[in-house]
Amino acid sequence: MPQEVGRQYKEIMKKYLESHSEEDLYVGQQFSRRFIEKEIAPEDVISIHKTALFELHPELRNEVWDSLDFLIEMMIHYGLTLREHQSLIQKQEAIQMEMNVATKVQDTLLKTKMPSVNGLDVGYISQPAKQMNGDYVYFLNHKHESGVAVADVIGKGIPAALCMSMIKFGMDGLSDENTSPRNVLGIINRIVEKGVDDSMFISMFYGKYNSEDTTFSYASAGHEPALHFDSRKDVFTELDAKGLLLGVKPDAEYEERSVVLHDGDFIAMMTDGVTETRTEEGFIDMHTIQNLLHDVKDKTAQQIAEYVYNHLASLQNYRLSDDFTIVIFKKEPEQV
Amino acid sequence: MNFRSSVEIITEWDIVAARQLGRNEAKKAGFGTVDQARITTAISELARNIYLYAGKGKIEIERVSEGGAFGIKIIASDEGPGIPDLRKVMEDGFSTSGGLGAGMPGVKRLMDEFKVSSEPGVGTIITTKKWLH
Ligand SMILES: Nc1ncnc2c1ncn2[C@@H]1O[C@H](COP(=O)(O)OP(=O)(O)OP(=O)(O)O)[C@@H](O)[C@H]1O
Ligand SMILES: [Mg+2]
Repeated sequence: MPQEVGRQYKEIMKKYLESHSEEDLYVGQQFSRRFIEKEIAPEDVISIHKTALFELHPELRNEVWDSLDFLIEMMIHYGLTLREHQSLIQKQEAIQMEMNVATKVQDTLLKTKMPSVNGLDVGYISQPAKQMNGDYVYFLNHKHESGVAVADVIGKGIPAALCMSMIKFGMDGLSDENTSPRNVLGIINRIVEKGVDDSMFISMFYGKYNSEDTTFSYASAGHEPALHFDSRKDVFTELDAKGLLLGVKPDAEYEERSVVLHDGDFIAMMTDGVTETRTEEGFIDMHTIQNLLHDVKDKTAQQIAEYVYNHLASLQNYRLSDDFTIVIFKKEPEQV
Repeated sequence: MNFRSSVEIITEWDIVAARQLGRNEAKKAGFGTVDQARITTAISELARNIYLYAGKGKIEIERVSEGGAFGIKIIASDEGPGIPDLRKVMEDGFSTSGGLGAGMPGVKRLMDEFKVSSEPGVGTIITTKKWLH
C-alpha cells in the first residue's frame, strides 16, 4: 500500500510543480490526511517525497538528495515522539474507561435509601467536582428515627472515593442501640482511625430526627455547621457541636446537641463544597446560602436542595471546584 | 558466516563510531535510507546509555538470518550498575528527557525485536533486531 500512496503523492506533486495553484495545494493537503490515517511516520513521508522527486526530476543536484537524507535523519525523533503520543492517548482512554467502571461500582456500593418517617420531608443532592465523589451521604432508618451522615473526605477524587466504602460498612454495622449521634461518630472514628493512613482525614456531621418528640439531635466531627431555619421566628441558627475530625485520635469524644423542630422548620446539612463556593468575586458567605434557602423555604426539601445547587453551580459556571453536597430535613405536618 | 563487528564505548566519540558502523552495516544488509536512520538512532540511544550510565561497554553488530528472513542484530552490553526498575524504564514518558519519544521505549519502536536483561551490580545486555521487509 505505501507504493500506492507514493504513486498518488507523486501525481499530486507533479501537478503542483506545473501549476503552482492553490487548488493543487488544497488537494495535496487533503491527501496528507492519508499519511496520518495510515500512520505513516514523518521520516517515511520525506522518503516518499524524495522518491517522487527523483522520479520527476532525476537531473537535480546531489545536494538536494543529500539534504533530503539529512532531513530524514532529523525526523526520526519526531516520528518517535508522535508514536509515544499515540500510545499515551490510548493509555489515557483505557484509564478513562476504568474510571467509568469505578464510578459505577462506587454508585452501587454506596447506594443509600432515603428515609421515610412521618412528618419529615427529606431531599438531597451530591455532585462530584471531578469524576468520583469525595462527599458521602448515608441514611440510616430505624423505626421512628431517621439519621443521616454527611461526610467529606479531605482531599478529592479517587483516594477520597476509596475511603467512602469504609464509612458505609461502618454505618451498616451499627447496632440499633448505638445510633445516637455521639455514638455513631465515636464508632466510625475508631474504624477510620484504624483503617486509614495518617494523611487522610474525614469530617462528618451526623444528624437524627426523632418523629416521636420531633427533635433533631446531632454531632459533628470537625464538619461544617448545619443551618436550622426556625419558621416561627423566621431566622437561621448555626448548628455546631464540638468534635475532632475522624481518624485523628482513637478515643475522640463527640458532643451531642439537639433542637426541637416545628412545622415548616428545616435543617440544611452540607459540605464545604457548598459553603466555600468560589466565584469570580471570591468565596460566598453564609448569608448568601441563608438567603438562597430563605427564597425557597416553602418548597419541598428536594426543591430546596436543588435550588441551592443550581444557583451556586451557575455562579461557578457549572465547573465545581469541590464536591458539592447538601441534605435537607424539613419538618412537615404529620399525616394521620 | 555471520559477520560481526563491534565498537567499544568509552568516550562520547565512540557513540559516533558505533553509529557509523551501524549505518554501514544496515546499508550493506540492504536497508533503505529510512531504516538505516532508524537502526542508527537505536544504536545511538543504546550507546549513549552505556556512556552515560555504565561508563563503558560495547556495541556489537551482526547480520542475521532466520527462516528465510534477513536482518541486523545489535547487542549493547556493559558491566555497569544495571537497571533497577526495568518495567518503569520501558514505560512511555519515563526517560529523563521526558516525552521526547526516545529512550528505551523508542529503541523498541525503532526495531522489530527487543530484549533486555539487567542485573543490579552486574550489568546490562540489550539485544535488538530489525528485519528486512
Ligand atoms: N546501560 C544502562 N546501565 C544502567 N542504567 C541504565 C542503562 N540504560 C538505561 N539506564 C537507566 O534507565 C533509565 C532510562 O533510560 P532511557 O534511555 O529510556 O532514558 P534516559 O537515558 O533517561 O533519557 P533519554 O534517553 O530519553 O535521553 C536511565 O535514566 C538510566 O537510569
Ligand atoms: Mg537514554
